[in-house]
Amino acid sequence: MAGRTVAQKIWDEHLIRSAEGQPDLLYIDLHLVHEVTSPQAFEGLRLTGRRVRRPDLTLATQDHNVPTDTRIEPYADPLSQQQVESLRANCEEFGVPLYDTLDPRQGIVHIIGPEQGLTQPGLTIVCGDSHTSTHGALGALAFGIGTSEVEHVLATQTLPQAPLKQMSVEVTGELPGACSAKDVILTILNTIGTGGGVGHVIEYRGDVIRNLSMEGRMTVCNMTIEGGARAGLVAPDETTIAYVKGRPHAPSGDAWDAAVERWSELVSDDDAVFDTEVVIAGEEIVPFVTWGTNPAQSAPVTESIPDPASLATASAQESAERALAYQGLTAGTPITDIAIDRVFIGSCTNGRIEDLRAAAGAIAGGRVAEGVNAMVVPGSGLVKVQAEEEGLADIFRDAGFEWRDAGCSMCLGMNPDILSPQERCASTSNRNFEGRQGPGGRTHLVSPAMAAAAAVAGHFVDVRSL
Amino acid sequence: MEPVTTFSGTGLPLDRADVDTDQIIPAKYLKRIERTGYGPFAFEAWAKDPDFVTNQPEYQGASVMLAGPNFGCGSSREHAVWAIQGMGVRAVIAPSFADIFRNNSAKMGLLTIHLSQPDVEELMRMVEAESNTPITVNLEEQTVTAPGGWSRSFEIAPFVKHCLLNGLDDISLTLEHDDLIAEYESNRPSTKPATV
Repeated sequence: MAGRTVAQKIWDEHLIRSAEGQPDLLYIDLHLVHEVTSPQAFEGLRLTGRRVRRPDLTLATQDHNVPTDTRIEPYADPLSQQQVESLRANCEEFGVPLYDTLDPRQGIVHIIGPEQGLTQPGLTIVCGDSHTSTHGALGALAFGIGTSEVEHVLATQTLPQAPLKQMSVEVTGELPGACSAKDVILTILNTIGTGGGVGHVIEYRGDVIRNLSMEGRMTVCNMTIEGGARAGLVAPDETTIAYVKGRPHAPSGDAWDAAVERWSELVSDDDAVFDTEVVIAGEEIVPFVTWGTNPAQSAPVTESIPDPASLATASAQESAERALAYQGLTAGTPITDIAIDRVFIGSCTNGRIEDLRAAAGAIAGGRVAEGVNAMVVPGSGLVKVQAEEEGLADIFRDAGFEWRDAGCSMCLGMNPDILSPQERCASTSNRNFEGRQGPGGRTHLVSPAMAAAAAVAGHFVDVRSL
Repeated sequence: MEPVTTFSGTGLPLDRADVDTDQIIPAKYLKRIERTGYGPFAFEAWAKDPDFVTNQPEYQGASVMLAGPNFGCGSSREHAVWAIQGMGVRAVIAPSFADIFRNNSAKMGLLTIHLSQPDVEELMRMVEAESNTPITVNLEEQTVTAPGGWSRSFEIAPFVKHCLLNGLDDISLTLEHDDLIAEYESNRPSTKPATV
C-alpha cells in the first residue's frame, strides 16, 4: 500500500462507505454547533420528523452574536435575542448539551473544543463555521460546513465528502524572536494566496511549526481557510499530548494510554504523496500587517504599501487598487505611518491565554494612545478567568483597554462590537474583507503583540523595536 | 430541493476576483432563523454604488451570474447561497469557487459552473455588449451555450449531478446506509470523547 498522509489516515479510519462516482461517507466524531448556522438545520429536522442521532457527540454554544459588554437579557437587538433563544430551545428539544451564555465554559466554539479536551488527535470534527480548521492543530481532521451539512450531521452523524487533495506547507528553521504564529500564517497566506489551498487539506510541517506551542498551532490552522483550504493540521507530538492530558474530556487511566498509542500512528508516511508542496524559510519571517481587503494582501511591518502596478497579474493589480481605495490608503506609505482608531484583541484566531499574555507584554507600561479605542475580548469564559487571575486583565484595564466577556465580538460585525464607517482597526482576527468589522470599516490583521503595540503608539510599530 | 434541469436566462456580469461571503451577505443579516428573505440584502455594500451591476436596469431579472476566480471565499454561511438564490440567480459561472460555497450551493440547487477564465470573460463581454444575450445551461448535457454557436462543456461530479437532476435529499440517501453507520458505531473506540 502506498504511503499515506495524516489526513488520509484519519479519513480512512472514518470511512463508512466508498462507492465509484459518489462521495465517501465519513463518520463525524465531534459536531460543534452555534446559534447562527444551526436554526434552519434544526427546523429541517422538525419538518422531516428526524432526531439528532448522537447528541453525545454534539456540543453547542452561543458565541457569534452575543454582546460582550453585558450578559443581561433581553439584548438590545431582538433578532440576536431570538437567535440565542432559538438555540436554547433547539438544544432542549433535541437533547444537545449547551454551554449557554451564563455557563463559565461558554466561549468561541473553536476555543472551547480544545480547552475542554474534546478536540483530540485523529478525530473528525465539523462545525457550521469556516474556522473549524483551528482544531487541526491537535492532529484532527476538522473543517467548516454549511447549514444543510449541519442538518445532515445532526441527523446521521456522517457527512458525504469528496476526497481532498493533499498539500504540505513546511516552515523550516527557527522563528525569529518577537515573531508569532500569526506572522507565520500571514506569511504563508502571502505566499500561497487566497485560492492557493482550494480543494486541499494542508499539513503544516517543519521545525517552526514543531516548535510552536499548541495555541500557536491553533492560530496557524485557524486561518487555513483564508488560503482556500478547508482543513489544516499538524501531526500530533509530545506538545499535543501534553496539551490534551488532564483536560475535562480527555481520556484517563488505561484509556489514556490506549489513546496515546493510537495517536502515535498519526504521522505522514515517508512515501506519502502530497499533490502540492510549499516550503517557507522560517528565519525570514517578520511581523506582518495586512494593508488590503483579503488576508493575502499584506506586507512586512518594515515595508511600505506596494504599488498595485508592481503586482504580477492584471487581476491582482485591479484587486489591490480597489482595496487601497476602500482602505483609504496610498501606495508607498510606510506601514508604520498608518494611524489607527481602534484595536481589537480577541477572536478564535488570537483569543487564547498566550495571545493575551503576548498583548499584555507588548503594552510595556504604556497607555492606549489618545483618540484610540482598544478592547480585549477573551475567547472563552475560562480564558477570561485565567487572565484575571494572572493579572493580565488589570494590565489591560490600567493601560486603558476595555476588558470584555467572551464572544466573537468585533471579528465579524454581527453583534454590537463594530467599527464605524472609515474607522481603522488593528485587529487580531482573521478576515479583513470590506465591511467585515462593520460597514465601511477598515481592518488590518496583525498579531496580538503588534495590535497592543499599535494601541499604545497610535500607529503600527515593529514589535521587534520595543 | 427542486430538480435542476435545463434553463435559459440573461447574465449578470460581476467582474471581480475573490468575491467573499461578507460581500454576498453581510453578517448582520445572519440573525434570521429562516432560509428565505436574504435576497434584498445581497451585495448590500457594493450596491450602494449606483453604478454597481445589480443597479443597472438592463440586468434586472438576470439568472446567470458571471464572476471572477475564487468566488464565495470566506465564511461557511449558507446564507450566501440563499441570498444569491433570493436575487433570482440559478447558476454562477466562474473560473473557480471556494470549496464550502460550492458544497452549499449543491445542497440548495444553485449551480456552480467552472469555465476557464477566458471563457468566462468572453461570456461577460457578450453580456456587457448585449444584456439580453440568452445563456442556456443544460445540466443533463453539461453545457453552457450562447448565441452565435458559442458552446462550452463543464465538469460536475456525477453524484452531485444525479442529486441536482432528481432533486434528491441527501440525508435520505445517507439514511439508506443506516446499517453501515450503526456497524461503524459499534466498532468505534470507546476512548473517543463524548460531550455529555
